[in-house]
Amino acid sequence: MTTAKALVKCLEKEGITTIFGYPGAMICPFYDELSRSNVIEHVLVRHEANAGHAASGLARLTGKAAVCVATSGPGALNLITAIATAYMDSIPIVAITGQVSSEQIGKDVFQEADIMGAAEPFVKHSYLVKDAAQLPRIIAEAFYIATTGRPGPVLIDIPVDVQFVEIDFNPENYQDSNTPPDIRGYKPSVAGNKLQIKRVIEAIEQSRKPLICAGGGMFAAKRGKFAFEAMREMAQHADIPVIHTMMGISSFPTDHRLYCGMIGMHGKATANRALNECDLLILLGARVNDRAIPALTKDTPPKIIHVDIDPAEIGKNLNAAIPVVGEICMVLAQILETLPQKKHNEWNAYLNKIKSTVSGNEKTAENNARTDVINPREFYKTLNRLLPRDTVITADVGQNQIWTANHLSLGEGGRFITSGGMGTMGYSVPAAIGAKRSAPEREVIAICGDGSFQMQFMELATAVQHDINIKVIIMKNDRLGMVREVQKLRYDNNQTAVFLDGSPDFIKLAEAYGIQGERLCEPSNIDKALITLLASKQPYVLVVDVDAEERSLL
Amino acid sequence: MKHTLSVLVENNAGVLSRISGLFARRGFNIHSLAVGVTENEAISRITIVAQGDDYTLEQIAKQLNKLVDVIKIRSVKEEELLSRELMLIKVGCAPDKRHELVAIAEISGAKVSDVSAQSVTLELSANAQRLAAFEALLNPYGIREIARTGVIALQKGANSLNT
Repeated sequence: MTTAKALVKCLEKEGITTIFGYPGAMICPFYDELSRSNVIEHVLVRHEANAGHAASGLARLTGKAAVCVATSGPGALNLITAIATAYMDSIPIVAITGQVSSEQIGKDVFQEADIMGAAEPFVKHSYLVKDAAQLPRIIAEAFYIATTGRPGPVLIDIPVDVQFVEIDFNPENYQDSNTPPDIRGYKPSVAGNKLQIKRVIEAIEQSRKPLICAGGGMFAAKRGKFAFEAMREMAQHADIPVIHTMMGISSFPTDHRLYCGMIGMHGKATANRALNECDLLILLGARVNDRAIPALTKDTPPKIIHVDIDPAEIGKNLNAAIPVVGEICMVLAQILETLPQKKHNEWNAYLNKIKSTVSGNEKTAENNARTDVINPREFYKTLNRLLPRDTVITADVGQNQIWTANHLSLGEGGRFITSGGMGTMGYSVPAAIGAKRSAPEREVIAICGDGSFQMQFMELATAVQHDINIKVIIMKNDRLGMVREVQKLRYDNNQTAVFLDGSPDFIKLAEAYGIQGERLCEPSNIDKALITLLASKQPYVLVVDVDAEERSLL
Repeated sequence: MKHTLSVLVENNAGVLSRISGLFARRGFNIHSLAVGVTENEAISRITIVAQGDDYTLEQIAKQLNKLVDVIKIRSVKEEELLSRELMLIKVGCAPDKRHELVAIAEISGAKVSDVSAQSVTLELSANAQRLAAFEALLNPYGIREIARTGVIALQKGANSLNT
């Protein structure tokens, strides 16, 4: 069969049922074969970056690799932002790009771009398929590399002539990525070192004020079971309070008595206090980047246990007394084997006291008295009350991201998805499309600003075309709110290039796509508006008017 | 501080670009880099001399290890290091001074590789200190050109870096 057909068969064997993509001449042989697949449905996005983001949304919710496809040159280049976004958040995606004909590579022909070179800093690994016979091996390796160890994007660039080559391939003999291929230079560690696990247990036994900090690694999955499930068991068993980074949101139910909130410059006071007063900090799949770390200001820092799959993250930002390298699901299982049952009544009571005082203060803080705009805090309060427990929320970047991160309260089974590391605007809608595609029965809502919405609203067409019933909430303040805030605080209030004048009427825009929507500007209507949004059986857009002076930290 | 890293990599197209790209974007300074195939044709050995403190060295090794094409890395300690670099050095030289250069070459363990009416080209394989001393000796004669291979190294003794 042709390499193009073999590629489709390999993807089917890898369990792929959805591909997000955008065709072009150099990937046409693949598309021709894809159209004949009974297993894989192609979802046509309206911009290649969104194919990558949609794959990312799908991968995050399933814990498995997802696929995006683009053509050579500009198509592939447009994918780069999505690839880099996935790389920063360690999301397993396999990106397949068409390339100009082998003999033309390097001659600057039409739509030629060195995508291998251009994407090199942002991929876990990449392949240029020169020898067609190697394709099945490359696909299996790509899926294996993307999903094991520290997950990440893998790029496969296939020249158009290679796609036509007949190869000797029987799909029945395909060795899928569940059988670890033998790659000399890639042997990710799986289990944690036994001695280190023993030291972890000892440290937990001795600690009076332990604290778990959960990161994005909590969403790494093994056979469909996510790490956060084991982490909850650990926290409860040893009575350890839990904080998290932005990437760790929704790894622990917010209504749990051990829950202390998000750390960092945009985090919660309780979480930052807990971080500074604990005597043992257990970092689970968190690299604690520059936005999270300023919280740790104490002169005598706590003892740190750092569990991470990537040895390079250990000791990069924080010095760990007990490093444990291993697959988080495995390491947690190892810890749970001998974890002592403990009670930290005093420590937890202390934190709960801070929690109630702080949230008490928040309640009495002066609310925006205006009745023609919506106070985001009030909005999220109602949202939290009405959302089904297993809702998936994708947040964009900017003030809407911080509001959502701090005020969204998801119960057990809920899921929060955002571009944490790269902070890529225009992520929420395509990511929601990807997430909804993998879980049609769950409520999936994208929350964005009016700035980021205009980077992605073309994807409303994708949702309509493929019956992907996502909801979009636009927090509209006619500004690039977070930049405005920075300008106010650091640039003497010189507000420049942040005004979104000229934006269209988003409700009319939605209507143009055949999508219903509503504008919410009266506080008394929040309930009704959200009930309508949740009741809709079709995509729905809710525009929420927010005061332009509203701050990120409410 | 300088560190010598011995890195075994897949002999694939693009490996060098992945490695040099990693050094550039993480802000690691390469002092020298030399590549060649090993006893196994599918594997190349890259010898990197890099500048940095212990933290930087640890990060370099860990980040290199993450590259799928990198098979093995060893940071070779100074005292275990058997290192050589080849230098070709062209010196301006009138015929009447030629015997002086030949004498210097002999004392230094260098070879005379090429002679013309106005120049002599010498070749020396040695460690960094001896190359520097050799260069200093030739300086007064007028050095026209120097080409160096970059350091290659193996660990002393029976231990070897195997895949």
